[in-house]
Amino acid sequence: MSQPSISKSMTIGESGLAVVFAVTAFLCVIASAKALDAPFAFHAALSAAASLAAVFFIVNRYFERPAALPPQEINGRPNYNMGPIKFSAFMAMFWGIAGFLVGLIIASQLAWPALNFDLPWTSFGRLRPLHTSAVIFAFGGNVLIATSFYVVQKSCRARLAGDLAPWFVVVGYNFFILIAGTGYLLGVTQSKEYAEPEWYADLWLTIVWVAYLLVFLATIFKRKEPHIFVANWFYLAFIVTIAVLHLGNNPALPVSVFGSKSYVAWGGIQDAMFQWWYGHNAVGFFLTAGFLAIMYYFIPKRAERPIYSYRLSIIHFWALIFLYIWAGPHHLHYTALPDWTQTLGMTFSIMLWMPSWGGMINGLMTLSGAWDKLRTDPVLRMLVVSVAFYGMSTFEGPMMSIKVVNSLSHYTDWTIGHVHSGALGWVGFVSFGALYCLVPWAWNRKGLYSLKLVNWHFWVATLGIVLYISAMWVSGILQGLMWRAYTSLGFLEYSFIETVEAMHPFYIIRAAGGGLFLIGALIMAYNLWMTVRVGEAEVQMPVALQPAE
Amino acid sequence: MKAILTVHNLASDLVTTIWTPVFVAIFLAIVAYAFWPRNKAVFDKAAHLPLREE
Repeated sequence: MSQPSISKSMTIGESGLAVVFAVTAFLCVIASAKALDAPFAFHAALSAAASLAAVFFIVNRYFERPAALPPQEINGRPNYNMGPIKFSAFMAMFWGIAGFLVGLIIASQLAWPALNFDLPWTSFGRLRPLHTSAVIFAFGGNVLIATSFYVVQKSCRARLAGDLAPWFVVVGYNFFILIAGTGYLLGVTQSKEYAEPEWYADLWLTIVWVAYLLVFLATIFKRKEPHIFVANWFYLAFIVTIAVLHLGNNPALPVSVFGSKSYVAWGGIQDAMFQWWYGHNAVGFFLTAGFLAIMYYFIPKRAERPIYSYRLSIIHFWALIFLYIWAGPHHLHYTALPDWTQTLGMTFSIMLWMPSWGGMINGLMTLSGAWDKLRTDPVLRMLVVSVAFYGMSTFEGPMMSIKVVNSLSHYTDWTIGHVHSGALGWVGFVSFGALYCLVPWAWNRKGLYSLKLVNWHFWVATLGIVLYISAMWVSGILQGLMWRAYTSLGFLEYSFIETVEAMHPFYIIRAAGGGLFLIGALIMAYNLWMTVRVGEAEVQMPVALQPAE
Repeated sequence: MKAILTVHNLASDLVTTIWTPVFVAIFLAIVAYAFWPRNKAVFDKAAHLPLREE
């Protein structure tokens, strides 16, 4: 590929995308003009502006770039593509802080309801999906895209497939987040938990997600490494399953192509079952399989130890795939869902104990021979503690899926506590650990700006998690017991408002825990920013090895 | 139409009846693949993959 004078011309991808975006901009202007409701007009205008910006960047990038596209290899080594990874890593940190902040706000609203300011845009009902989408899909999603693009390149020893395609994926995905998030604030929702975005946002996400799958698959196809590393299997399961879940849960008929409102095709208990087939597998394949891919690559790499048992990782993978997809009905215990389906969901949830703990053991035992590093490397400690939280919440989850346990825990704060021990402890910490590794690697820095700050982040966030989940356990079980308490005459012992009053102190503790978690993330953002700006600050002397003075 | 429905019912009965043993068989085959002695070398090498690359 060393022709010095190729004549410069646009690739098919560049010219094609530029035309598509130009047409999209035109159509969006029309849609905006004919819109039936204000949020739709706003979103159409936003899409028109974004499409025009895309045309500008594609054409501008073409004029700025050299005639030849970047080579696949330089001096026999793969020429890894780090640009889209850096973008996603940056966005992950941005959305993470936004999502944790909104979480803190709504936690405070539950403790002090006046904080919703009696405004529609800041009411709990609108901010809650903003929080869940920002932390799961915006923060978690960007971490998954950034790490998957890194891991697939490194473990395949091949440059990321496509030239504009990876950029289309990362920017397109974040535009979806923008549309979804602003929609929630403006009251646009299809009222399906974790699938709130309306039909036009869903369609856009489908296009972006197919592009993501194609980039990932095409990179695997041109790999130089004959074996497909286990982390890529987990990433692929995540990408494919999320596509299937998204399409299965979201078929909807818009009232008008110029309006935001739509009606979902499914009705009644079928809709509920589809919703929780989607919802639980979003947990299983987005928040578990994707982040397990991070575990299988980043922990060995950081600990400089091989995976404890590669055989176990294969069985871990397939057992998760075969079992997780059936666990959804445990969200619908004691509802109109047929009894046998509830029992089926419960049974598969309990069986999930085995692969979950197999995977946890595999992650933890990867440290054998390197346990001492936990003392000196706070990044590794974060990754390992995340796996411990994975083990804890995948023990708790199956337990809560047992019908008699669920009769106490369902609809109480126990569920919120369980979700957050998984979300903050497992997904949060494994993401933080991965970003702490990824940022110096992607920006070519020798190390992090400060390991001491990582240590601070670790302890502040851990304290936050402990406050959060213990408050919610106590609150949830208290709430469940109060709801089912009867007097000797057979009347309910407590009115609903009495149970709400009993929650109050725990809601304050929970908000404090969330606040600590947010402070930890701010410390992290500063640390990563300084890593990119100035690199490693000083020669890092591990705390435990400092000479006595 | 009736014939099509009959075929459809037969097919769906067959699928709903045999999927459990089929999936169990596939899973057992995967376990056998994971523990097959001849595959050990490949897997041991793969376990080191994150440490080897450049």
